[in-house]
Amino acid sequence: MSMSINTIKQGIVIDHIKAGQGIKIYNYLGLDEADFTVALIKNAQSGKQGKKDIIKIENVLDIDFTVLGLIDPDLTINIIEDEKIKKKIKLNIPERVVDIIKCKNPRCVTSIERNIPHIFRLLDKETGEYKCDYCDEVYTFEEVE
Amino acid sequence: MLKGKHVLEPMDLSSEDLEEIFELADNIMDSPEKYNEICKGKLMASLFYEPSTRTRLSFESAMYRLGGQVIGFSEPGSTSVTKGESIADTIRTVSNYADIAVMRHPKEGAPRVASMHSDIPVINAGDGGHQHPTQTLTDLLTIRKTKGEIKNLTIGCCGDLKFGRTVHSLIKALSNYENIRFVLISPEELRIPDYIKKEILIRKNIEFVEYESLEDNIDELDILYMTRVQKERFFNEEDYVRLKDSYILNKEKMRRAKEDMIILHPLPRVNEIDSEIDEDPRAYYFKQTKNGMYVRMALIAKLLGAI
Repeated sequence: MSMSINTIKQGIVIDHIKAGQGIKIYNYLGLDEADFTVALIKNAQSGKQGKKDIIKIENVLDIDFTVLGLIDPDLTINIIEDEKIKKKIKLNIPERVVDIIKCKNPRCVTSIERNIPHIFRLLDKETGEYKCDYCDEVYTFEEVE
Repeated sequence: MLKGKHVLEPMDLSSEDLEEIFELADNIMDSPEKYNEICKGKLMASLFYEPSTRTRLSFESAMYRLGGQVIGFSEPGSTSVTKGESIADTIRTVSNYADIAVMRHPKEGAPRVASMHSDIPVINAGDGGHQHPTQTLTDLLTIRKTKGEIKNLTIGCCGDLKFGRTVHSLIKALSNYENIRFVLISPEELRIPDYIKKEILIRKNIEFVEYESLEDNIDELDILYMTRVQKERFFNEEDYVRLKDSYILNKEKMRRAKEDMIILHPLPRVNEIDSEIDEDPRAYYFKQTKNGMYVRMALIAKLLGAI
């Protein structure tokens, strides 16, 4: 069964989100607080992935694509102007992530030193593993959340 | 150019840098009197946030033997650290007084934080279970002196390979040399961390094998790098009892080893090398500590641009 959601005039459509991950992005972008039109579509049919989540935002937002790449590098971002896709942005898994995730290693210096950037570097593109720049502890984004 | 560099992990030094340091260490060893004033007027800050007799004394004697002087603390109890001063603020202050800083800290990555805020070279003298680059320099110098050159070697690392920072640093450094093969011997729970395998061994296509038994594999080795297996690292008593003797080096096991295999150990040793081995000409762990002082002298002199 398909369901229709009205097209938007001006805004952003985040498409091809892994089913179940939509709410994570929704929360990260603070869309629960939004006073503009937002649609979170869960488990939409998708030829490519079987099921996917989609977020439609009727507003011009300044989004940190690094974070979205970290949550799900396979999603696509469509920038909509005048009801048309003006630009398609394909995300990449970020090589370096600053001040988004925190190291959980209790022996890491970031657990005691104030005012230092929390820096992670991509270790393995396939597994999405990151390594803390200070203590070398390895994480995936799901673990660190 | 080594002058002004920070040395936080072995990979901060290129193979050319290492060769430069080892050559100088050799020269100092041959004629120490030529070098006993090259750091005159220079101050080394010795910042030891946790006790360490061996490494601290090695660094401090190295600086004095170069004609330099030392300020600092050997435990943070009597310093402003106990008042909650950050590492960044401490090093900012210290770099106004001293020409070079040596830092031992229980937190992993602390010397990196210091280096980010320091105008003077920072040497990591051990940070938690993480890195200990000057121990690695000592190990490499010892291998070079005993084997003539660092290549075509099978290196056995035995014991606690998970938490043993000296092993991690050594593997990283040796990965830059030609035809090095690793035999990694440890209990299942204490295997080498994944990041070392992925980032170093697999990425650089270096041959390695993982075994549980030392006895069965000792005959393959050119170098045996021993570390201590602590009881508290095991998940259960049963495994500890089953495996503990496997990681104690004694005459019996040494019978199967090559005639020219050398035994290294970062020290302090507890019981993982039986004292009956100490007289074996293949035991190099005490000679290693002397190399440690010379290699630290060479490193300090180079980082200060004294030579």
